[in-house]
Amino acid sequence: MGRTLTFKIFRYNPNKDNDSPQVESYQMEETQRLNVFTALNTLRETQASDLMFDFVCRAGICGSCGMMINGRPTLACRTLTSDLPETIELYPLPFFKLLGDLSVDTGIWFREMAEKVESWIHTQEEFDPQATEERMDNDIANKIYEAERCIECGCCLAGCATVQVYPDFLGAAGLNRIGRLMNDPRDQRGDQEWFELVSTESGVFGCIGMMACDDVCPKDLPLLEVFSYIRRKLSKIELSK
Amino acid sequence: MSKIITTDVLVIGAGLAGERAAIASASKGLNVIILSLVPPRRSHSSAAQGGMQASLGNSAKGKGDNPTIHWLDTVKGSDWGADQEVVRIFADNAPIAMREMAHYGVPWNRVEGGPRDVYIKGKKTTIVEDDEKEGLITARDFGGTAKWRTCYTADGTGHTVLYTMDNLVVQHGITVHDRMEAIRLIHHDGKCLGAVVRSLRDGEIMAYMSKSTVIATGGYGRIYGESTNAIINEGSGSWLALQTGVVPLANMEAVQFHPTGIVPTDILVTEGCRGDGGLLLDVDEYRFMPDYEPEKQELASRDVVSRRMKEHMLKGKGVQSPYGEHLWLDLRHLGEEHLKTKLREVYDICMHFIGVNPIKEFIPVRPTQHYSMGGIRVNKDGHAYNMEGLFALGEVSCWDLHGFNRLGGNSLAETVVAGMVVGEKIAKYASKASLVADVGLAEEFTKTEKDKIARLFNNRNGENVYKLRNEIASLLTTHVHIFRFGEGLEKAVDCLKNIVKRTENVQVKTKVLGMNPELSSALRLEGMAKQALLIAEGALRRTESRGAHSREDYPDRDDANWLSRTLARWPDPKEDPIFTYEPVGVLDLPPGDRGYGGGQQISIKETIEEYNANVDIVQKAEGRLDPSEPTGSRLPKERWKEVQ
Repeated sequence: MGRTLTFKIFRYNPNKDNDSPQVESYQMEETQRLNVFTALNTLRETQASDLMFDFVCRAGICGSCGMMINGRPTLACRTLTSDLPETIELYPLPFFKLLGDLSVDTGIWFREMAEKVESWIHTQEEFDPQATEERMDNDIANKIYEAERCIECGCCLAGCATVQVYPDFLGAAGLNRIGRLMNDPRDQRGDQEWFELVSTESGVFGCIGMMACDDVCPKDLPLLEVFSYIRRKLSKIELSK
Repeated sequence: MSKIITTDVLVIGAGLAGERAAIASASKGLNVIILSLVPPRRSHSSAAQGGMQASLGNSAKGKGDNPTIHWLDTVKGSDWGADQEVVRIFADNAPIAMREMAHYGVPWNRVEGGPRDVYIKGKKTTIVEDDEKEGLITARDFGGTAKWRTCYTADGTGHTVLYTMDNLVVQHGITVHDRMEAIRLIHHDGKCLGAVVRSLRDGEIMAYMSKSTVIATGGYGRIYGESTNAIINEGSGSWLALQTGVVPLANMEAVQFHPTGIVPTDILVTEGCRGDGGLLLDVDEYRFMPDYEPEKQELASRDVVSRRMKEHMLKGKGVQSPYGEHLWLDLRHLGEEHLKTKLREVYDICMHFIGVNPIKEFIPVRPTQHYSMGGIRVNKDGHAYNMEGLFALGEVSCWDLHGFNRLGGNSLAETVVAGMVVGEKIAKYASKASLVADVGLAEEFTKTEKDKIARLFNNRNGENVYKLRNEIASLLTTHVHIFRFGEGLEKAVDCLKNIVKRTENVQVKTKVLGMNPELSSALRLEGMAKQALLIAEGALRRTESRGAHSREDYPDRDDANWLSRTLARWPDPKEDPIFTYEPVGVLDLPPGDRGYGGGQQISIKETIEEYNANVDIVQKAEGRLDPSEPTGSRLPKERWKEVQ
C-alpha cells in the first residue's frame, strides 16, 4: 500500500488522422485490492477519457480483457496490481487486428476458426421434442466440459510462436475445440474427416512445441494433453489404414 | 446519405435469448442479422454459473417433478406478480429446451446411479440416485423450489449453453455484426422498421431496415453502478423501446439484489458462505445480524439479509473504502480445508480478483444489484405493446415470467425457452410481413442521431459523462436499493428529474468519431438517467411490498390495490413520464402466501372471476397487440390442485 503506480500504456487510434503509435505514462495512487480492471476504468474516468480497452464480465469468464501485462498475455480483470512492480506496462495482444489502444478484434478470428473447424455437433439425427434425451455417461460430460472451459481470450495465440509466422495455424484454441468435439459421442464425424481437418500444417502438425500456450492459459486448460491426444488419435487412424 | 442494410429479421443482442431467436428464424429460411456490442460469446449469458430450471425429474431429489410444480414454485416466487399463463408456457417448454440443447452439444451433467453425499443446508446427507435414470440430465438444488430441478454443467452453465448456441449460429451461417450498438429504433405509425446503428469500431452511423426487429440485450443492472451484471448491461435495449414514446417499460421497480458482492468489482460470492456459517461484521468488527434477526441471524432469506446490511450501513456502521461503503464477511473460523474444498470457488474469487485470503482476512462485501425483472412490456408472443414488428425477450423484456421476484435458474432457462417460443412467433411474423425500406425515413432517423453526436461534441462547459453516470448510480444505490423508504425515494425522484435535464448538456471531450468510449457512454446516458427515474418513481408510487420491491413504510403486500403491473411510457422527451397499471394477467392460482419474506397480505377486493374478466380489456387499452392465440388459452384451469 502507499505506492504510486506508473502505467505505461500503448496508445494508438487508427481512426484518428495522423495518429501514430506511442506509449503514454499515467500515474495513480495504489488503493487496496486494486486490479487492472478497476485501475483502467479509474484512469479512463479521471485521466484519459478516450482510452480504449475491453471488459465485459470482469470476472474471468468472458475472455474480453486479454492484454500484455508486463510482457505476458493474460486477463486484466484477474491481475492484481499488488502482484506487479510499480511500473506496469500494458500492450494490446499481438496477432489480432488492433482496434485501438488495448482493444483487439478477437471476435472475427474466433468466428472464422469456428467456421474452419465446423465447430458444431455433426449429426444426422433430427431433434425430437417428445423424446427423452440420449443418455450420456457423466464422466464423458465432465471430460467435454473440461475442454469446453476455453473462454477464447486469445492469450494462447498471443503467446504462440507458430501463429506469428503462419497465421493459418489453428492455435491451441482451435485445436482444443477440435479435441472437445472429437471427445463428444454426439459428433458423428468419422476418422477420415478428423484426419483431414487436423493433419495439416494449420492443424496439429503446425505446432513447433514451444507450448507457451500451456504456460499462459488463464483457465489452466491442459493444452499439452490436448495436443498429444489429437496426435495419438491421428496416429491410430493412420496405423489402422 | 447513410449506409442502409436490409434483412428479414434484425436481432439486437447476441446472448442466449437473441441467438436462439435468430436460429428460429434462420431455420425457416429467413435472412437474419444479429447485432452485438461484443463478440457473441462474450455476452453476459456466459457468466451465469448456476443453471437452468426444467422439471425433468431425473435426479432423486427431483423425483415426481412436473411442469405444474415448476409453475407453482414460479408463480409463488413471483409474489403473484407474474403472468400465470406465461409461466405455464415457460414451465411446459423448459424440459424440451434442455433436451434440445443436449441434442446440439451441451455437456449437461448426468445422473450417476447409486448413493452419493451432498450438503443440504450445511449438513452432509446421503442421497441415492435411481439406476434407471443413469445418464439422463441431472439437477441441483436452487432456492425457492419444491424439487431439485436446476440443470447444470459444473460451474459454467451459461458458458457451455452459449458456446453451443453460438456454434449453431455459425452452422446456420447467420450474419453477426459485432461491436455494433443500436441507438434508436426506426418506426412509423406504430410499426417498427429497423434501427439506427453505431459502429463501435469506427463510429459509422447506419440504418438497418427489417421486417421484424428483436431486442434481446439483457438487463439494466449497471445503471446501479454496483451490480453483478457485466459492464455492458447498461439498459441500452430497454432505452430503445422507451425512446419510441409509445412502448411501455414494465415493473422497472422490480429489481433483485444479492447480499454478498465483493468490493470492488461486485463479483458475487455464493450464499453458501452464510449457509456454512459465515458471519457478517460491521466497521467495529461487530456481528450485527443477531440484533436484527435474532432467530435466523445470517441465515435469513437473501432479501432480508441484504435489507439489514443496507440498513446497518445507513446507520453509519459501514466500512469506508475508496470504492464506497461495505461490510465484512468473516469465514476465517471455517478453516483452510473447508475454504479450499467446499468453498473453493469463493476462495478463488477472493484470491484472484481482490487479493484477499479468506483463510486469514475478512472479505469486503455489500448488497449488490443482481437481476432486473422489469423491462420492455410484451404480450405472450413476445410482441411489444403498441409497436408492430418489435419483439423483446430475455432479461430485457417483461414477458412476465418473474413478476416481482425471480427464482434462481429461471432466468437463464427463460433465455432459451423464450428464444424457442417467441422465436417461432418472430419467424411467423417476418414470413408474412413485407420489408418497408423507406430511405427517407431511415435518413431522417440517422440524421437525428448524427445531430445528437454533433451536439455532444459542441456543448461548451458541459457535464462530465462519467461524473453524471456515477451520480445516477449513487442515487439508486442510496435510495432505490433493497431498503426503500418514501422519503428517500422522493429525494431520488427529484434529483433524477434534474439529472435527466442535465444529460442534455453533456460534453464529450474526445472529438473522434471512431471507437470513442466517452461518446459511447454519453449516448447511453439519457437512457440510463430516464430509466433510473422510472425505477425510482415506480418504487415511490407502489405503496406496498411485493417480492423484491420492499417498502419499509408499506411492509404489506396489498392485493386490494397493487395486484398490478406498472407500465411507464415517455411520450414527450421534455416532459415527465406517464405511469399506468394493468392486471398481471389471468389468475388461476389465487393470491396466497409465498412462504417466505415478511409482511401481511391485504386481500384482493373483487372475485378472481371479476379480476380475470378485466384482463383482456385493460391490457388491450394499454396497447397490447392481439397474441396469436386468445388470452388464457394456454393456462389449464386448476391443475395445481393435483399437486398441492
